[in-house]
Parts: sequence; C-alpha cells; structure tokens
Amino acid sequence: MSTFTSDHHADLPAVLETLHAIGRDIVAPNAESVDREARFPTEAFDALKAQKYLSCYVPVEYGGMGLSLTDVTRMCEVLGQYCASTAMVFAMHQIQVACIVDHALGAPFFQGYAREMVQHQYLIASATTELGIGGDVRSSICAVQVDGDRFTLEKQAPVISYGAMADAILVTCRKSADASPSDQAQVLVRKSDVTLTRLAPWDALGFRGTCSEGFTLKSQGAAEQILPVPYADIHRRTMHPFAHCVWSSLWLGLATDAVQRARTAVRAEARKNPSVTPISATRLAEVDNVLFSMRGGIRQTVAEYQRVLNDPSSEAASGFAFAIAINSLKLTSSQLVVDIVGKAMLICGIAGYRNDSKLTLGRHLRDAYGAALMVNNDRILGQSATMQIVQR
Amino acid sequence: MNSDKIRAVIAKHARLSIDAQTLADDSDLYEAGLTSLTTVNLMLALEDAFDIEFPDNKLGRKTFESIRSISEVLNELAGA
Repeated sequence: MSTFTSDHHADLPAVLETLHAIGRDIVAPNAESVDREARFPTEAFDALKAQKYLSCYVPVEYGGMGLSLTDVTRMCEVLGQYCASTAMVFAMHQIQVACIVDHALGAPFFQGYAREMVQHQYLIASATTELGIGGDVRSSICAVQVDGDRFTLEKQAPVISYGAMADAILVTCRKSADASPSDQAQVLVRKSDVTLTRLAPWDALGFRGTCSEGFTLKSQGAAEQILPVPYADIHRRTMHPFAHCVWSSLWLGLATDAVQRARTAVRAEARKNPSVTPISATRLAEVDNVLFSMRGGIRQTVAEYQRVLNDPSSEAASGFAFAIAINSLKLTSSQLVVDIVGKAMLICGIAGYRNDSKLTLGRHLRDAYGAALMVNNDRILGQSATMQIVQR
Repeated sequence: MNSDKIRAVIAKHARLSIDAQTLADDSDLYEAGLTSLTTVNLMLALEDAFDIEFPDNKLGRKTFESIRSISEVLNELAGA
C-alpha cells in the first residue's frame, strides 16, 4: 500500500513514519478530550511545529521542506487516522500556505514572510465566507481600503476555523470599494494587526477541535500584504483544488481508521472459532472494497492536480474538465466516508456504538457527516451541473 | 519450548495434509500443506490459545513456517 512515485519527496517515508509516531503518542491520546471539550489540539500542533511540519510546503530555498501537494495529502491521510480535527486544522493551514507559495513568492514581502513562517512555524487561518453571502466564497461584500502604503479591512466572518489560535489569517474581500462582488483580493492579516470580536461560538456535531468560531474581523497592515494576483486565479489554481485534495485525504484517513477498528472487532470474533470465517469478515471485505474505491479516486485526482502543478504553463486548471474532476473528488469522498464509517459501525456492533469502548466510532461518524457540509455538496453539484452541459 | 501446545493447535486448525504429531520442530509447515489462507486460521487459534495478539510485522510467512519459528515469536511476544 505504501507505494511512492516521483511526485513524492525522498524524505516522505521518513516524514510519514514520524507522523505515525506523533499520531500514536500525542494526537490519538488527546483526540477524545479535543472532541469532548471542543478545544484546539494544542499538544498535536506543538509536536508538528517541533518537526517544522507547518512549513513543509514552503520551498527549500526559503527554508521549508519543499514537499509537494501529493506529500501533503499523504500527511493529512496519516493524521486523519488519529484525530480528524487535528488533520483538518493541519489541512486548512496547508491550503493557506499553498496560496502564498503558489501565487505570492514573486513579491519581496512574501519571500520574507515565507522565511518567517518557517522560523516561527506560523499557523495560518482563512476567512472566506461572509455574513450576508453565505457559502459562496467567490463573492465578497467587504472591501480592502488602501490608503498610500497601508490598508484597512473589516469583515463579518461567520466562520474562521481556529481563528483565535492563528498567527495570521488570509482574508478574501473585494479588491477595492468600487469593485464588483466577485472581483476579489486575498489579504494576509497578522495577529498583531487584527481585532477579533466573537460573533458565534463553535459547538457542532463533529470536527469540534477545529474551533470554527465566527468573528468580526478588524485589521490593518501594509499594502504589500495583499496577495499580488487576483483571488479568482488563486481560487481556481490553488484554493479550490488544494482544499478538496487535502480534505478528501484526511477523510480517507478517518475512514481507514474506522475500517481498522472493524478489523479489530472481526479478529476478536474470529479468534473464538478459528476454523470458521465469521459473517462479519464478509462485511469487512465489503467495506474494505468501498475504502479501495475511495482511495483510488483520491490518488487519481491528486495525481492529476500534481501534473497541473508540475507544469506552470498548463491551462488545464482553467478548464471545466479539471474543475469537474475536483468537484467529483469532493462529492464522492464526502459521501463514501459516511458510508464506510456506517458499515464499520455495523461490524463493530455495540462496541462501535458505545462512547466508552476501545472500538468506539461515535466521533468518526460525527466527523464524517461534516464532510458533505463544508462547502455544501449541493452547491458543488450545482456548479458541476452547469459545467456538465458544455463539458465534452 | 511450548512446541507440544503449538502442535496441538496446528493439528486442530492448520488443515495440514499430514498428521501434525509427525512434525518435527523444524519441519516446514508450508511444505506440510499450510497455505496463506489457513495461516489465518492458525494465527487466530494461536492468539486464542496463548492469549496474545500478533502485531502486523509478525504476520509474515516467516513467523508461521515452522513450530520453532512460531515458538520464538510467541516467546518474544510474551517477553514484551
């Protein structure tokens, strides 16, 4: 199963081994309290920062590890096996890093900021959705106001995951007061320059450790903190595909752990009568088959996106075929993760249903249901439907 | 060595083509008819009989190739 291609950094196997160790020793033991108390996974992030993994996607020339998208998806998959909230925060942070790395390193300010990210292991959050707009991240009401070499920006954000813990936030907004809602820019806002006033707490069914509270964000800073390309390009080439690749990968990790728990249950049952393969083993074979499909779809789409990234001149990212493939990845993975955890629950039986057993799947099931909602599947399906009419 | 107890488990669960009592400690169990699938039955029966759990890295062919190799792994797991 551990096959590595040329899209992988030579250090990836060692990185994943270290991540598994962090997962076993630090992430998993804290997963239950992170979930119950809806608290930030501090212990996990201390460990990830100690390994400099928060800057793993930063190119080597700026002091990072120079890992690829493919590498980052594998890291998310591993973390997802121990705590989906931890993996989700890690994934969302890497999306923000990718927006900067893939689009802003031509600007001197962001070259310096990349080095800062490595040195201080900054955690970067995202403020895309806005009160009055809902989930359409390609529209903004708020606008960045530039005056000389300074800017001010105020946004009513119903959700900024781990906003209170972040060292910086990437904020989408209209590029000026007279710009249309979809004519957006993305602005890097530093913690020291921002005032966050809580609008809404985060007490949700799953992904409780992401601390996705709502805030009124008031900020200011240097005009050079505005990313040097239109958000439309960043969204199409990075935010949209990168997000769905890393999210799907951590859901795969979550599903993998659920199947592993089911396997533990089947093995315990099989031990009682080693001569007969129990019916639950057939169910295990079935659910592993679904996991196989999920993994295959993810690996294929990640490879496709990696090819696009490897060829900066490629226009593939602008095409409907690519956008539909990324949408399909999200739609399929977010449904299969629920299916897989549900099937694993049937196999584990009451041990999976209990909150206090070694094989509990309650958190897995609650987290799994979040997948279809973060960027709602109906919105994505609607976009694909429009594209499908002309796609050939 | 716990070879007699292992031999008894093999006799009951490994579905060999020969009488397990004729096996020497070093006899090759795969030559005696053990297959990759019957290895699973044997493993489960050993886990039950010795109240242990084989870790993933001990689930290879090497562990189950003879009574001696099984015994060594069991001793290793008991000592862990």
